[in-house]
Amino acid sequence: MKGYEVRFEPDLPRRQAVGRIWQGVALLAILMGIAVLLTLLVRVFLDGLPYLRPQLFTEFPSRFPDKAGLRSALQGSIWLMVLTALLSFPLGVGAGIYLEEFAPKNAITRFIEINIANLAGVPSIIYGLLGLGLFVRGLGLGRSLLAGVLTMTLVILPVIIVSTRESLRAVPASIREAALALGASRWEMVRDHVLVYSMGGILTGMILALSRAIGETAPLITIGALTYIAFDPRGPLDIFTVLPIQIFNWVSMPQEAFHRLAAAGIVILLAVLLSMNALAIWLRNRLQKRW
Amino acid sequence: MQALPSRLSLLRRRRAEERAVKAVLLLFAMVSTLTTLGIIYVLFQETALFFREVSFAQFFLDTRWTPLFLSQRFGIWPLVNGTVLVAALAMVVALPLGLLAAIFMSEFASEKVRRILKPFLEILAGIPTVVYGYFALTFITPLLRSIFPQTQVFNAASAAIAMGFMILPTVASLSEDALYAVPRSLREAAYALGATRWEVATQVVVPAALSGIAAAFILAVSRAVGETMIVAIAAGQQPKLTLNPLESIETMTAYIVQVSLGDTPHQSLAYMTIFAVGMMLFLMTLGMNVASYMLTQRYREVYE
Amino acid sequence: MDPIALEIRNLRVYYDDFLAIKDVNLSIPKNQITAIIGPSGVGKSTLLRAMNRMNELVPGCRTEGEIFFDGVNIYDPKVDPVEVRRRIGMVFQKPNPFPKSIYENVAWGLRINGFRGSRSQMDEMVEQALRAAALWDEVKDKLHQSGLSLSGGQQQRLCIARAVALQPEIILLDEPASALDPIATLKIEELMRELKKDYTLVIVTHNMQQAARVSDYTAMMMLTSQGERSGTVIEFDRTKTIFTNPRDKRTEDYVTGRFG
Repeated sequence: MKGYEVRFEPDLPRRQAVGRIWQGVALLAILMGIAVLLTLLVRVFLDGLPYLRPQLFTEFPSRFPDKAGLRSALQGSIWLMVLTALLSFPLGVGAGIYLEEFAPKNAITRFIEINIANLAGVPSIIYGLLGLGLFVRGLGLGRSLLAGVLTMTLVILPVIIVSTRESLRAVPASIREAALALGASRWEMVRDHVLVYSMGGILTGMILALSRAIGETAPLITIGALTYIAFDPRGPLDIFTVLPIQIFNWVSMPQEAFHRLAAAGIVILLAVLLSMNALAIWLRNRLQKRW
Repeated sequence: MQALPSRLSLLRRRRAEERAVKAVLLLFAMVSTLTTLGIIYVLFQETALFFREVSFAQFFLDTRWTPLFLSQRFGIWPLVNGTVLVAALAMVVALPLGLLAAIFMSEFASEKVRRILKPFLEILAGIPTVVYGYFALTFITPLLRSIFPQTQVFNAASAAIAMGFMILPTVASLSEDALYAVPRSLREAAYALGATRWEVATQVVVPAALSGIAAAFILAVSRAVGETMIVAIAAGQQPKLTLNPLESIETMTAYIVQVSLGDTPHQSLAYMTIFAVGMMLFLMTLGMNVASYMLTQRYREVYE
Repeated sequence: MDPIALEIRNLRVYYDDFLAIKDVNLSIPKNQITAIIGPSGVGKSTLLRAMNRMNELVPGCRTEGEIFFDGVNIYDPKVDPVEVRRRIGMVFQKPNPFPKSIYENVAWGLRINGFRGSRSQMDEMVEQALRAAALWDEVKDKLHQSGLSLSGGQQQRLCIARAVALQPEIILLDEPASALDPIATLKIEELMRELKKDYTLVIVTHNMQQAARVSDYTAMMMLTSQGERSGTVIEFDRTKTIFTNPRDKRTEDYVTGRFG
């Protein structure tokens, strides 16, 4: 074999230098993302600063920037979030439990799974059209909070199902076997053991799903959530608006002052979101350590 | 012996509960299937009504989209043009940056560095799109106008750049998963031949993860096509055939928002247009999602 | 004693705080096959992977001591591990061809290492390497098919061809036949005897028959003492001596099968 000599010019210093440069470029890609994030946060905060005052929370929207506030939008968001949580939690977690613990491995199950994967990728505005055709017109719910809740539930269901399944999958087999060995039925095993162990993960996924719901705008615009609401919503059949729609409305105004109001609204929205995310991350880290 | 009958009935009750629970849970799981059926039904129904008034030729052959004007024209291409233009530009930002970020995270970053960087990307992904829209309109657009004075107030480029950064974390995280799934033995084989870290990453790991990365890219395009609020805020409402990113355009999603904001009466032709446009959007994203799903399944099969 | 290819002095390898290999001193003879044997978990692979600095790819792994190769300590801070690995090749336990064509599997290492030559010279090199790995006749008509389309034994020989193509001085083989059937195993062993004319081979194996069949020298590894989990080389000699007349009682117990 060694009848010939290989001529190598490995030129390692150059190759290592190329590698280091690209490594730097790759790091730069991440840092660019972070820089945009920080610029965005700082800009929004500075823009919104003059309007970050108590009236923002106590006033209804108004034609005059100085009198305008988020009162109805905040209430609408809270209503929407609580009702969506109440509806989507049992539906999503239940579906997740079924698929992970009970579903037979057959074509129908596979179809449901593919379908959920696909739904997660359907643009949210399409859900808006569904809500408009089905809930607003079909069921005659009009542009009510309930129509919004139903629509938003469908938007976040795939997220909840996927995260529920992941949490269930993380439960050690030993716990399942222990329960089954004591003569528990599958449901008893799930209810008394698996769910208890995975509840942290399921809740984390739920919080992240809700944090998506609270920032969603497009589907609610499509079902016609109004932007000018000058009263406190009293129930699920009232018309409503939410934070991001109010922000969108203000951004769409030509006047600079409304842009600043929008920025103030964004600060509130982001504050809510960041605390929800922090809560989720905290929950996740806390629970990961146990395993 | 006395206890036996009651035990049997207990067992029966437990069995009944088991069956009932299973049935209810199955019902919950079916909700998602019903959702898909509902989407298809609603879109199909209204689209059918739409095509009773407007011919396929008008929809696919006309080059103007003016359903809200007196002289109504229904050519879909200007909206498709706007959508594709913005999505393509967003990909110019998101794909290279996202892939580089993924390579860095999976091949170079230590566990500690990952733990610091990852939350930032997660936050970037979690910011509501309406906020990106605000950022595009009030920050990126003025910046663009200072560089290219001919830039219009509403323009495709500004929305696309914001969208690119919004999608970057998705590309990064999905690509990272794909890179991560490449077995360590392949990396070791390459190192043992005297390859540098960068050579291993780009010439062995990335090609081996290609189907997963492609899946990530396709999903990113699909998200860009379906993204609504950024374009509704920053890209304008002028459906036209153009490749100039500095001009105002209109995307399919932005059109749906535009109509939804107005007082368009139910059963009117304009009302039906949003479902026809929605149908188009649904089919485009569905095709991409299915392709992405299949690619992902493929790379899972190869390495598991 | 034959000339020395690799001189290991006071080698210690840690995984975080765990001392996996303790105080190994070993001289690998040139153009011979040296087998490393011993019970599982004793650090055979770790020792082998210390010889071309593969260990440091594992997070938390730390190496102390010296390994002299060609007069240079490969653990000297001035030495680039990438250069070391080019000159000391490695074949792994499970065949791990790249998901590229058979041709590319062999050509890739040459290309990244700056092989300067024409297309036909490259073809020539690939052929030589495949011939050296006794694979040429089986694959010459399908060079552009995926390396993964080959059988397990063929894949492993492709991995050997890939290593041989770089003309390293030493080839390290980490249980190269443990995932193969007996016929494929025999082929690999035959190939190793062929290769030792041009290369120094070090093979880790837990198959003592294999060690006895193919190797010229054998290093016996054991845990340093009961209760401790660090491994070390307790005896190193000609294979014949190790198997017929070992000095250490533990070696004797192990090679005669009296050891768990």
